[in-house]
Amino acid sequence: MEPFTSHTGRAVPLRRTNVDTDQIIPAEYLKRVSRAGFGEGLFAAWREDPSFVLNQPQYAGATILVAGTDFGTGSSREHAVWALTDYGFRAVIAPRFGDIFRTNATKAGLLPVILPEATVAALQDAVESDPGTEITVDLGARAVLAGAAGIKAPFDLDDYTRWRLMEGLDDIGLTLRHVDEITAFELSRPTWLPVTA
Amino acid sequence: MNTAVSECETQMKGEGVMGRTLAEKIWDAHVVRSAEGEPDLLYIDLHLIHEVTSPQAFDGLRAASRKVRRPDLTIATEDHNVPTTGITGPGVPLSGPGSPVTDPVSRTQVEALRKNCAEFGIRLHPMGDAGQGIVHVIGPQLGLTQPGLTIVCGDSHTSTHGALGALAFGIGTSEVEHVLATQTLPQQRPKTMAITVNGALPGGVTPKDLILAIIAKIGTGGGQGHVVEYRGPAVRALSMEGRLTVCNMSIEAGARAGLVAPDDVTFAYLEGRPHAPSGADWERALEAWRSLPGDDDATFDREVTLDAGSLTPYVTWGTNPGQALPLTSSVPDPGSFADPDERAAAARALAYMDLKPGTAPRDVSVDTVFLGSCTNGRLEDLRAAADVLRGRRIAPSVRMLVVPGSMQVRAQAEAEGLDAVFTAAGAEWRAAGCSMCLGMNPDKLAPGERSASTSNRNFEGRQGKGGRTHLVSPAVAAATAVTGHLAAPADL
Repeated sequence: MEPFTSHTGRAVPLRRTNVDTDQIIPAEYLKRVSRAGFGEGLFAAWREDPSFVLNQPQYAGATILVAGTDFGTGSSREHAVWALTDYGFRAVIAPRFGDIFRTNATKAGLLPVILPEATVAALQDAVESDPGTEITVDLGARAVLAGAAGIKAPFDLDDYTRWRLMEGLDDIGLTLRHVDEITAFELSRPTWLPVTA
Repeated sequence: MNTAVSECETQMKGEGVMGRTLAEKIWDAHVVRSAEGEPDLLYIDLHLIHEVTSPQAFDGLRAASRKVRRPDLTIATEDHNVPTTGITGPGVPLSGPGSPVTDPVSRTQVEALRKNCAEFGIRLHPMGDAGQGIVHVIGPQLGLTQPGLTIVCGDSHTSTHGALGALAFGIGTSEVEHVLATQTLPQQRPKTMAITVNGALPGGVTPKDLILAIIAKIGTGGGQGHVVEYRGPAVRALSMEGRLTVCNMSIEAGARAGLVAPDDVTFAYLEGRPHAPSGADWERALEAWRSLPGDDDATFDREVTLDAGSLTPYVTWGTNPGQALPLTSSVPDPGSFADPDERAAAARALAYMDLKPGTAPRDVSVDTVFLGSCTNGRLEDLRAAADVLRGRRIAPSVRMLVVPGSMQVRAQAEAEGLDAVFTAAGAEWRAAGCSMCLGMNPDKLAPGERSASTSNRNFEGRQGKGGRTHLVSPAVAAATAVTGHLAAPADL
């Protein structure tokens, strides 16, 4: 996973709530067996509308998505994260995320940033009034900065996830350092527990 | 909108030593490693996989030269992507002229699952196999889903398995790879939430109506960060299949998982199933299972209470499962929502659904009725719909797909003659799979088509691009098929 320390870029304001993962990447696109190329399916249905925010030229090249609450609800498809990163996004800012999406994002190097609704709205206002507004998502400082708009907002992320993202660490490698504990746990499991074989 | 529901927020987690909830007991029993400042490392008792969310995980294993740690705790099925017609039986070909799979991209994905299961030694129930079915239908059916287990799957509806008192939740592909490699997952301890349903469901009101009412009340983010335990006399009175329906849609309220404490209904359901313990092991298991329900002094981070007695059949009007109302109600005016986000979402939903405020659901005509899915594709669901359709015909303007949740459900239904009821009524009797629940196999809505669906998501385009979905119970689905517009059996 690519490490995430601090990222500065322009943003796209997505003023919609409850953006479910079926909208982020429709099921039709889930038939691929690789992790690559999902950007072409990002918001596929909505992008057919020329007025959809991602189609507006002033937001081309933006790398931060600023969305309404309950972003990434619904299906567990990690393809939603892959679609966002393949399209070029490094961070999503929203007041609340679907749990599975948020976990998937932190496993695939996309930073989910939770900010209060008023702060998210202020960021969206700033970006809409000046699409050139640069936003910095500083994971080390756990803060979002939009200097030109006078916004400096701290955000919460647990120490462990922050460390893992900043180091770009492979979760499996971390867990396998404790393989002896896993083995010991397995030996303590009741013998009547089911096996699939 | 819903006077049947009342709620109280609680802040009862004190500093003292308190009893533990069911979820907390299961969690504690699975912690392999706990360290300050780190998520707990949880052992996973059962890992269910399917063709869509696993191929990249297996590729990751190969790239790192890792093995599947416990193939004997892993089971696979082909469900999301496969067609539900042309399934002639075991060994139905995946390619060639006799194959029901015509989409080469779908075929590649199913082939990948078969190759991965063979390479890593994982039991697979392929298309056409008697044991094949939707991943969340076959787990309980086989008796693999048991009280007190931790169960994961790369599918959000894994919450279904909580109906038997298992802690079960959906994961993404990176986590699928992690479980394959280590049989564990690092997890932050979730908050707990109790949803207590008092009273009794009136006649004609089903578990689907109950869960739709719950989601309408707490919202699609209402359970976010929580494991929900469904409690109270109306939940106790549910059959195991009804509990599976309720727990299935926990994720639609944003919950990490849904649970029902195991009881005699659970034990009776499990006894004698292929993977349930037997003999002396059955007694040992029963003893363990009986200690699982939450302690009397256990407290939850949040509590919600509902009165089942005043519920009626529910239907969704919008594009998320929280946008639901009683069938006797009418489509809301976006202007009636105080919250500006909800108002905007309602206006957007009505535009997508092509509905006007004030419309009575009974005035809404549908083209398609879908009976099936991991929410409502089990035998009791098929019986409930068949009871409505027996001796009746579906409206000529309606196409109705009846898709059993598993090939075993299909066989049981045929043994009871339910297939004959459906086909005599004019419905299509299909093979098992996710089918029209998610629009990634041949069963889809065309743009602009409208369905009454027993599935779990009414998202934009969920059942096919441009399709419009109304979520309903099996009984309402059947009545709707007969009348051609949204209707309850009582309307017939």
